[in-house]
Amino acid sequence: MWILEIPPFLPFFIAALLAAVTRGTLRGVIMLALPVASAIHLWTVPEGVHLQMALFDYQLTPYRVDKLSLMFGYVFHIAAFFGIVYSLHVRDTVQQVAALMYAGSGLGAVFSGDLLSLFVFWELLAFTSVFLIWARKSSRSYQAGMRYLIIQVLSGVILLIGALFYAAEHGSLEFGFIGLEGIAGWLIFIAFGIKCAFPFMHNWLTDAYPESTATGTVFLSAFTTKVAVYSLARGYPGTELLVYIGAAMTCFPIFYAVIENDLRRVLAYSLINQVGFMVVGVGIGTALAINGAVSHAFNDVIFKGLLFMTMGAVLHMTGRMNGSDLGVLYKTMPKSTVLCIVGAASISAFPLFSGFVSKSMVMSAALENDYHLIWLMLLFASAGVFHHAGIKIPYFAFFAHDSGLRVSDPPNNMLLAMLIAAVLCIGIGVYPAAMYSLLPYDTGYNPYDATHVLAQTQLLFFSALAFVWLNLRGLYPPELHSTNLDVEWFYRRLFPVAIQSLFAAIWKLDGALRRAVVTRLQKYLDYLSGIYHVPSGLLTSSRPAGSMAMWVAIFLAGYLFLSFVY
Amino acid sequence: MLTHLPALAVIIPLLSAPLCLFLRRPLLAWLFTVIASGLTMLVSITLLQQVMASGTIVYEMGGWRPPWGIEYRVDRLNAYLLLIVTSISTVVLLAANTSIEKEIPRHRLTLFYVLYLLSLAGLLGVVTTGDAFNVFVFLEISSLAAYSLIALGEDRRALWAAYQYLIMGTIGATFILIGIGLLYQMTGTLNMDDLSRRLPEVSQTRTVFAAFAFIIVGVCLKVALFPLHRWLPNAYAYAPSIVTAFLAATSTKVAVYLLIRFTFSIFGISFSFTTVPLQTIFVILGLTGIFAASTTAIFQKNVKHLFAYSSVAQIGYMIVGYSISTTMGLMATLLHLFNHALMKGALFLALGAVMYRIGSVRLEQFQGLGRQMPFTMAAIVAGGLSLIGVPLTVGFVSKWYLVLAALENGWWPVAVLILLGSLLAIVYVWRIVETAYFNEPPAGRESIEEAPLGFLVPVWMLVSANIYFGMDTRLSVQVAEAASQALFGVSP
Repeated sequence: MWILEIPPFLPFFIAALLAAVTRGTLRGVIMLALPVASAIHLWTVPEGVHLQMALFDYQLTPYRVDKLSLMFGYVFHIAAFFGIVYSLHVRDTVQQVAALMYAGSGLGAVFSGDLLSLFVFWELLAFTSVFLIWARKSSRSYQAGMRYLIIQVLSGVILLIGALFYAAEHGSLEFGFIGLEGIAGWLIFIAFGIKCAFPFMHNWLTDAYPESTATGTVFLSAFTTKVAVYSLARGYPGTELLVYIGAAMTCFPIFYAVIENDLRRVLAYSLINQVGFMVVGVGIGTALAINGAVSHAFNDVIFKGLLFMTMGAVLHMTGRMNGSDLGVLYKTMPKSTVLCIVGAASISAFPLFSGFVSKSMVMSAALENDYHLIWLMLLFASAGVFHHAGIKIPYFAFFAHDSGLRVSDPPNNMLLAMLIAAVLCIGIGVYPAAMYSLLPYDTGYNPYDATHVLAQTQLLFFSALAFVWLNLRGLYPPELHSTNLDVEWFYRRLFPVAIQSLFAAIWKLDGALRRAVVTRLQKYLDYLSGIYHVPSGLLTSSRPAGSMAMWVAIFLAGYLFLSFVY
Repeated sequence: MLTHLPALAVIIPLLSAPLCLFLRRPLLAWLFTVIASGLTMLVSITLLQQVMASGTIVYEMGGWRPPWGIEYRVDRLNAYLLLIVTSISTVVLLAANTSIEKEIPRHRLTLFYVLYLLSLAGLLGVVTTGDAFNVFVFLEISSLAAYSLIALGEDRRALWAAYQYLIMGTIGATFILIGIGLLYQMTGTLNMDDLSRRLPEVSQTRTVFAAFAFIIVGVCLKVALFPLHRWLPNAYAYAPSIVTAFLAATSTKVAVYLLIRFTFSIFGISFSFTTVPLQTIFVILGLTGIFAASTTAIFQKNVKHLFAYSSVAQIGYMIVGYSISTTMGLMATLLHLFNHALMKGALFLALGAVMYRIGSVRLEQFQGLGRQMPFTMAAIVAGGLSLIGVPLTVGFVSKWYLVLAALENGWWPVAVLILLGSLLAIVYVWRIVETAYFNEPPAGRESIEEAPLGFLVPVWMLVSANIYFGMDTRLSVQVAEAASQALFGVSP
């Protein structure tokens, strides 16, 4: 059936095209209708390869469907849908088109069956999403977008080189298990790692996401890192290195998140922290762990989207984003406050909220496979995430000290989008079987047993207690206007300074050397032109016959000499 | 009729040339030439189909049996080259009527077509013939016609460029002739097939070494291998636009064909690549060519010069692929023959359109053209992307195979250098894009219109071919692979 062969990215690209030429209500209708239609279509698509073509000797499969990709396909549709609802009021055509293209590229990437198609969508993700950052139209966002773009494109280039090596080694471009063997494996791993915000490669995320518009960040948080998680789950399941990388990712952002003032940057750090859980799951690689990673990605898209939406609503209404400038908004923004708390409860993995049913899978898998230390790190990270995302975000935005701001709840479309996400958060938390049935493996896992619920609740309450105590004693790091140094200091400060001084030295040396060489060369040329009447330039002279004849003679002599001697 | 196809491929343009002289009206002459060229294209397509289906076609000219008579031999390589030359020639000719009306005085228009047909006949003759001396004859026919075609350029420097080319081309042709003479002396035959059988007996003699050296140097001059490339930039830059497009896309390709034919078929792989360190020399020259010519291209002020130097660089890629001397490497070279013909055909023809509207192709004249001639400039950008080797264009296909061939042989540094060379291409293409799209048109040139359809249609035919064959590589890859395998004797 031909309709099967429509890959899911196509409706989005078409919608983007239509959104570029339409305005007002019509555009809203188109933008809402296409993801819905596409989602219904995706629901009917069976597993298998639906589109294949040959490029040179290689089979390209731009559209391959299996359970793993379907899971991401569904959640990307959900994210695109509430993202679109959330940004319905935006009049900026560039933003709308970029968002649709971006969502389409994310879908294209997860349904790519070969490395070359993956590369194409990988780069498209970068090029489309950067417009969402630039849409803020400030010089800060422009700079941050540029840095973001450079790093993302770099990741794509590394992926392409890795794919070339992979093709040379295996004679195929199929995107299946890759593993850390050979140069190809490592290159592709690094490419995925950059997009996945591995430690020391994570700064593009915390640098760029908070600089985007209120609506743009909602899209940004959903796709790029999840595509990377998907790629890792497909290419490197069971790679032990990932367990340690993931564990580090869950822990280190907590410290930054606690001292950070910009609340969306706090969320960006907590995004890395959540992705860390997924990376650990992929690294463990058992059926349960992969299920955990995938379902956590599924939930994370929704609750992180919800949190970014509530913060976006605050930004939209107040124009401020720093914790120190906000507070006591709950009086005038009651609905946003409730929705934010739902998101916070989900990310903190409260029982009956979506985070609980997926995060516990990863943690159980870690215990089952004797990663005790890792399990402790994850436990610490769970406490930490409750601390900064679960309490800090709602507390500083909606409660805390009175900022004097009195703004109302955001427009209805924003509220509706948040409501959809919040309902999903609770729905999945209360009835996880629906989501479990979509997972790649059937493990018969039940999150609601006594140990889990008790352990998690204890953890949460003691964490909350710590926050309250620290706050009362005045020990909690105050929200200050400050710039917190992260690894990016290396490439934004140290490298430029070092490189500048290095280059200054090199230029000096080079200048001297070149002057010397040029003078010599000039003398030599003068000498030559004296003999051959060559007006100027060794390569571009307009009367080359003489020197060419000489070259021919040299060549012939060389050949003859070599063939007689050799 | 069908059995005479190999002869027809040469006879049609060769006989059309004098007939064309009788047509006084330029429009008629143009139509006649297009028809003649189109017919040869049909002939080559049929030939390619036959060869791919049933193997090499041998044709005895005048019924004389080889090795006494002249033999025409069409195998996969020949048929592939025939297709490249005739199809480019036909598409380029479509724009000829429009283009030359502004560049060539009216009374010389008919002569232009006569020369064009002669040049075409010469190139096709070189490709089809199976006789070494016949190669020289056709080479001279095509070269002499090409010298005169270049001299027709309206810039007075064209005459000078043609003269330089004449001297150097003649040196090259003479060298080839000397080499063929030496071979004849040693073997007593001029038939290529016969030569390849008799040469091994006498291959360890100095005469054969000398013959090899003369032929290689002579052909390299025709190929414009760095540093024997210096006739090329001026000849391309000052010739009429149509001539540049035609020659750039075909003549060096035919020379590369000769290089392959002489080394692989006549002298044999073992002689060519083991008695002399040809491989090392060619890889070094090819890579130096890529870098030297691309760097020179970056500093050119005349866009025709710029692309001419880029052609020299692209020839470097072909030579690198050739000197890898594996089926894969040779395949990359053959693919690049086809692909480079498409790119340069499109680019030079688009430059012809710019020439037609503005009367100059100096880089500063490109200011603001992005808005004034959107379709022409889009074609130049597409061609430029293909030149760089962006995926989904033909340039990517040949670079891909070239890099794979280098890797397969374990030549890491070569693969890296090939990719670095593409970066230089980005620089010189970007200069044009920057000038055309980020500048306002200069004063006094506000009212330039898009090029006429006579240009846009053939230009975009070539551009779409660039993209189509970048995605659907069945035709080019299949034929190139078959030809390359045949040369290595993998299959008959």
